[in-house]
Amino acid sequence: MSVTTLSSPTLVQRQPGWIARLLDYKPFLIVMCLAPAIGLLSVFLTYPLGLGIWLAFTDTTIGRNGVFVGFENFQYLLTDSLWWNAVFYSVIYTGIATFGKFALGFWLAMLLNNHFPFKSLLRAIILMPWIVPTVLSALAFWWIYDPQFSIISYLLVDVLHWRTSNIDFLGSPWPARFSLIAANIWRGIPFVAISLLAGLQTISPSLYEAAMLDGASAWQRFRYITFPMMMPILAIVMTFSIIFTFTDFQLVYAITRGGPGNSTHLLATLAFQRGIAGGELGEGAAIAVSMIPFLVFATLFSYFGLARRKWQQGESND
Amino acid sequence: MTDTVAQPASVATTSPDTMAWDSGLRRLMMIYLPLGCFVLILLFPFYWMAITSFKPNAELMNYKEHNPFWISSPTLVHIKHLLFDTAYPRWLWTTMLVAIGSTTLSLIASTLAAYAIERLRFRGSPYVGLGIYLAYLVPPSILFIPLATVVVQFGLFDSPMALILVYPTFLVPFCTWLLIGYFKSIPYELEECALVDGATRLQILRRITLPLAVPGLISAGIFSFTLSWNEFIYALAFIQSGANKTVPVAILTELVTGDVYQWGALMAGSLLGSLPVAIFYSLFVDYYVSSLTGAVKE
Repeated sequence: MSVTTLSSPTLVQRQPGWIARLLDYKPFLIVMCLAPAIGLLSVFLTYPLGLGIWLAFTDTTIGRNGVFVGFENFQYLLTDSLWWNAVFYSVIYTGIATFGKFALGFWLAMLLNNHFPFKSLLRAIILMPWIVPTVLSALAFWWIYDPQFSIISYLLVDVLHWRTSNIDFLGSPWPARFSLIAANIWRGIPFVAISLLAGLQTISPSLYEAAMLDGASAWQRFRYITFPMMMPILAIVMTFSIIFTFTDFQLVYAITRGGPGNSTHLLATLAFQRGIAGGELGEGAAIAVSMIPFLVFATLFSYFGLARRKWQQGESND
Repeated sequence: MTDTVAQPASVATTSPDTMAWDSGLRRLMMIYLPLGCFVLILLFPFYWMAITSFKPNAELMNYKEHNPFWISSPTLVHIKHLLFDTAYPRWLWTTMLVAIGSTTLSLIASTLAAYAIERLRFRGSPYVGLGIYLAYLVPPSILFIPLATVVVQFGLFDSPMALILVYPTFLVPFCTWLLIGYFKSIPYELEECALVDGATRLQILRRITLPLAVPGLISAGIFSFTLSWNEFIYALAFIQSGANKTVPVAILTELVTGDVYQWGALMAGSLLGSLPVAIFYSLFVDYYVSSLTGAVKE
């Protein structure tokens, strides 16, 4: 390998000139290299994050700069039944969907960890729900949940004769809530499964051999080998999953827009409705900011509650 | 207990991955049947999307006379409507432009950043890396309201340029993290050799590190492209005029009109909007999976 780099003629010549020397000056080079990334992130991430927290304490609306109003927005939110509704549904949505995604995703990962033909093809196909734009697959779900022409209702009523009437998926609060959770689980399974599959493949088969020689049952092997070995990766994937499920927006906005009767608003869709569609930027920002404590709590919980390993220091797991 | 006693006999003869499975029937019930169900459920919405986009309206609304799972007389009327009666080609073009623009921008920014953090090693470089990684944990749902005001301040409201500049906020952290991992795997000795031979730092980056990190760059590029193609909330909040919308936003806001939804056209739009990422993904699926799992493992 080093022979090819040595023989390259251009590398041997040192280019003169002050630009070349400046570019070889390490501190300057470090600043130059970091500038684009840090610049973009500061202007479009850190600054808006701070601005969002500031906006939450003002009464800004679209077209009018607000004044500082202290905790007024938050006090109002605490008396707002819609906000409590959104908190309630966000927590339920995150809880049930995360549980479903991880239970099914873990199962799918263990299935994929076996040997069978066309394995890589199958793995590629399974990721489809995750790579297709969420809004577009959400539209397909909207059509699947249609009150009149739902294919699920058709199957249950006309093919299987289990029911006599069509299911009204999105017409009343609880069915709508669970329909959205089901769609979220559907979309989340592939990511969880493929990430966990990567973790499963790093577990040494000799551990299982040793356990089987000691007479461990399938459940015991799962409980005492697979599960503990998967903990670190589970912790990371779950942190991500919880953060992005709790702040989910697309699925709910595409399928129900918070309806029926505002029963399926997540905090993010409520923030959009108040902040952008309603023009109350201050109040919308306050709703968005009110997500932060939940997120910090969820992150700390999954990060420190599940992970007790070296990967936190960036080292390998073994 | 009985089957645990029986198992060790088969362990010795079969490969470790198939240890627990002795009989073919059991394998069928425990692996193929659940796998089949998973695949069926995970793919059914796409099948439904595809079949709806080629169904004439008469079949779409009549399950009694036509089997809803199949098409008796396929038609291209929905796709024709989409391509010639709506601004769909324009939306596709905008989405493509935004996705390519933001991917290029993020790749440049994150390659340089990853190189600085991993190879130029300076005091505090791990903290810069951690900081960039933490940026990935800030969800767009928290940022879109203040970002909307920032975009207005910059005079970029309703322009695709706003999206090209904003998307790197979630692309750069991911790509940087991915590329740090790739740079780590390239032996440092190669660079030392070049340094000894008198190459400048930039020459090293261009001629040694980057060519060796091409798989990482491809992974990061595919990932960024699909993520920006799929992005919704920023595009919804920052773009107002119909012509500048991206595909996901446009389908939801421009095609969903009135009380009677045109499911054929909606599904055709979804299908066409999903195809570019699906094709792109299928070409580079291994890179994609490795980036997905690599980033999680890092």
